[in-house]
Amino acid sequence: MAVLIDTSTRLLVQGLTGREGTFHAKQAAAYGTTVVGGVRPGKGGTTHEGWPIFNTVADAVRETGANASVIFVSAEFASDAIMEAADAGLGVVVCITEGIPTLDMMRVMTFLRGRSTHLVGPNCPGVISPGKCKAGIIPGHICREGRVGIVSRSGTLTYEAIHQLTRLGLGQTTCIGIGGDPLIGTSFVEALRLFNSDPDTEAVVLIGEIGGTAEEEASLFIAREFRKPVVGFIAGQTAPPGRRMGHAGAIIAGGKGTAAEKMEALSAAGVRVVRSPAEIGAALKAML
Amino acid sequence: MKIHEYQAKAILARHGVPVPRGDVAYTAAEAADIARRLGGKVVVKAQIHAGGRGKGGGVKLASSAGDAERIARDMIGMRLVTHQTGPDGRIVTRVLIEEALAIARELYLGVVIDRAAECPVMMASAAGGVEIEKVAAGTPELIFKEHINPATGLAPYQTRKLGFALGLDSPQVGKAARLMTAIYDAFISNDASLVEINPLIVTAGGDLLALDAKINFDDNALYRHSDLRELRDLAEEDPLEIEASKFSLNYIRLDGTIGCMVNGAGLAMATMDIIKLAGGEPANFLDVGGGATADQIRNAFKILMSDKNVRAVFVNIFGGILRCDILAEGLVAAVRELDVKVPIVIRMEGTNVEEGKRMLRESRLNFTTADAMDEAAAKVVGLSH
Repeated sequence: MAVLIDTSTRLLVQGLTGREGTFHAKQAAAYGTTVVGGVRPGKGGTTHEGWPIFNTVADAVRETGANASVIFVSAEFASDAIMEAADAGLGVVVCITEGIPTLDMMRVMTFLRGRSTHLVGPNCPGVISPGKCKAGIIPGHICREGRVGIVSRSGTLTYEAIHQLTRLGLGQTTCIGIGGDPLIGTSFVEALRLFNSDPDTEAVVLIGEIGGTAEEEASLFIAREFRKPVVGFIAGQTAPPGRRMGHAGAIIAGGKGTAAEKMEALSAAGVRVVRSPAEIGAALKAML
Repeated sequence: MKIHEYQAKAILARHGVPVPRGDVAYTAAEAADIARRLGGKVVVKAQIHAGGRGKGGGVKLASSAGDAERIARDMIGMRLVTHQTGPDGRIVTRVLIEEALAIARELYLGVVIDRAAECPVMMASAAGGVEIEKVAAGTPELIFKEHINPATGLAPYQTRKLGFALGLDSPQVGKAARLMTAIYDAFISNDASLVEINPLIVTAGGDLLALDAKINFDDNALYRHSDLRELRDLAEEDPLEIEASKFSLNYIRLDGTIGCMVNGAGLAMATMDIIKLAGGEPANFLDVGGGATADQIRNAFKILMSDKNVRAVFVNIFGGILRCDILAEGLVAAVRELDVKVPIVIRMEGTNVEEGKRMLRESRLNFTTADAMDEAAAKVVGLSH
């Protein structure tokens, strides 16, 4: 088993005709993902690299039976693309796009309330269920099928963690990059909830960073109902306050959102918190 | 993006927020003219992008136009140090001259996005004039909050709740309601990430005015606000950070000796952390972007080498799909072209990693390679001494 995406996923690519969309659609297909087509308003009825292109997500769902989408649409139009995907009834929507204005995402979050769509991202590397399916840009060859779940606010730091696990012979059920923006779809808590009810996931790596309170909320959830061992790492232990560290959401504001607070909260919840990013894999191995 | 107080007040005034009469002056003569127009008794306020100006000597009362001129002459050009500027402070290039008002009460009003609630929140407090973070830490019960439904906006009942909670009388609550609605309107229509009025004053005559104002904007939304982009004051920013932003490099200057070049923000932060754990101090945060192209690597080295504190460089690239041979080619070319002298430790992962390492070795440049992050960190810290 895996969470969010697996062999039953029929993936639609919004923004398939762009450079990034084309490249990563091919990578996903080569990994074994069922990519069913793309959406590009105005190009409906044409094909791109052999895939059918549709004007709207609704058309694509009707014609292809798509049940998930990955979004490579530019920041200006990405929030609309998310809402269109949710409106068409897709169960999983993964938005890779970086740079969406916060107020646009706020409207998206309001729009999504009461709908069953799982939004992952934006500003994230996406999701991969090794050996089954990938929706996003996580390199497939560093992953290995197995029993560890990964949830992370970062991109390349997630690859680092996957790489460490794979080298130690520890495969993954699903790796979820939840994104570095202040407002994101799937939170740590929601990802943990999915891993909690996945019988194949035996342990979880959680990678947080400075800014916001998502790690503190995850700590409360872990203490209350998470039943599997967790290794945690928080990036930004040396980050100066008041500066945005690359990710729009990675900022210590008003003295809040520091790595120290988050590490303490996770430790108190029973998470094995490592100070060094080089120790993630070894710490997890020691817990199994 | 941050702006100056006088710019924030101009924006708020356009949305209907009452602000004191005043104008900005770049010279002492201009300051005297403005003070004369305002009747002589004015406040002279240094305009820098940092709080705590009063304690640092950046806010002074003048009793006459001549007095305002003297104060402005001292203030313009001075290096103002506050708890938010760091030890180097900021050079004051302009001052705001405002009418002096008789203050009866100092309140606080702010709007930010509550990330957990996924909506804006308006915060009000009767404890104005002090840092809201201190109030939140010491006496959180003094802060009143209203979460705002993005679909309906700030509702009139919410403004009344906040107004009465602040202990305002009925006519003042009416004024506060109009002011709060105007502030929320300014927040939304300018894609702000923060609007803060501290203090919001009640005058002896019962009027409410924004005596100080701070607005930060969402950088991701600036593409649709050309008017706001023009308010950026480059003198308030680090010259290297400005240079880096021209190349779309995410660079933040710190005060250590080990330059970092990393792809991805999370890995860049983690790289700083592991340098510190190995006993070194990072000179910067630098995210060259997921792709780490040859052009970006050259641009990044230019920035790193402009920081004279840098004694060694740690390149940490997790490519995944990226080909390490192409990365190595870019590194060799950049280091040759820029004649980089300091030792460089490279830790890279991705396709063709062995070929990439061979190219680095055969270049006979000052490269050291490492397989793991901790090994690389230990090496670079050793080489920086």
